[in-house]
Amino acid sequence: MNALAALLALAIAGTALAQEKVAPIRGATPIPDLNPADTYRMEKHDRAIPRNNAWQPPIIPHNVKGYQITRNINTCMVCHSRKAALNTGATPVGKSHYVDREGKEHPNISTRRYFCLQCHVPQFDADPLVGNTYQGPGK
Amino acid sequence: MIRRTIDWLKRIGPWTALGLFAAGIIFWGGFHWALELTNTEKFCTSCHEMQENVFKEYQHTIHYTNRSGVRATCPDCHVPKEWGPKIIRKIQASNEVLHKVLGSIDTPEKFQQKRIKLAESEWARMRANDSQECRNCHNFEFMDFSEQGRRAVRTHSVAFGKGQTCIDCHRGIAHQLPPIDQEIGAPRPAGTAVKAN
Repeated sequence: MNALAALLALAIAGTALAQEKVAPIRGATPIPDLNPADTYRMEKHDRAIPRNNAWQPPIIPHNVKGYQITRNINTCMVCHSRKAALNTGATPVGKSHYVDREGKEHPNISTRRYFCLQCHVPQFDADPLVGNTYQGPGK
Repeated sequence: MIRRTIDWLKRIGPWTALGLFAAGIIFWGGFHWALELTNTEKFCTSCHEMQENVFKEYQHTIHYTNRSGVRATCPDCHVPKEWGPKIIRKIQASNEVLHKVLGSIDTPEKFQQKRIKLAESEWARMRANDSQECRNCHNFEFMDFSEQGRRAVRTHSVAFGKGQTCIDCHRGIAHQLPPIDQEIGAPRPAGTAVKAN
């Protein structure tokens, strides 16, 4: 008898849960439709942004709109390669990036480091969707 | 000389002279009207060679769309504004008509094959006229360095000091770049890439 009552209670709770309205971040837009994109601009800091922890890939303090990373050219390397950085004053790419997986050093970056924006990201004037209280070890 | 002209005018009479003058205006105006028709974005992109390759790439750049809506369309960069150089460029363009007929770049693959050659000839042209088409709008004599970013000020002062011109650095700003040899990955076979500067 008790077991039956418990089962009944569960079933009722289940329906109540199912009927509760979920408020997703995408709002009331139906799944097949798209929300209009908010317009944000890439921020220009014009100076290196300090890292939050020792292993963080440095973030990009300038606009990279239209910079081509194609099979023809890697525009980032025009300024950030070790050789170019001497003249351009850009932060030279780290030593590790010149080494391939066999440990061999190359004149320019290894192909496994070709897609800069996989780790290094530009900054936008957008508020984070989810709050974050991370402080970083140095703070 | 002046005497003979006056004699000739007397001979043909004032109405004929006036008629000739008007015909001259109409002929010159008509010539210029037709020339300017070939100097529009619409004309340039009316062939699929431009439409499918360079125009598509250009649509993602700041000279096509930007915050204030001031644009630089195809002829603003590729055809000189001054009369003499403009006519010379227009005569050279007959070679482009020939290659349109020959179908030299009528597929994206053929276009990619020729991209190095096409890009290098355009860079050479702009280097020869000190990037005149850029400077029609971006005149560095009127650039206020205090309004520019730190990176731009540093690079511009060095470059102008060395006598460099816009195109020496600002390549591929409206179109994709041809293969540039940056010594990344497997070596590129000779002739398949432009040397990085």
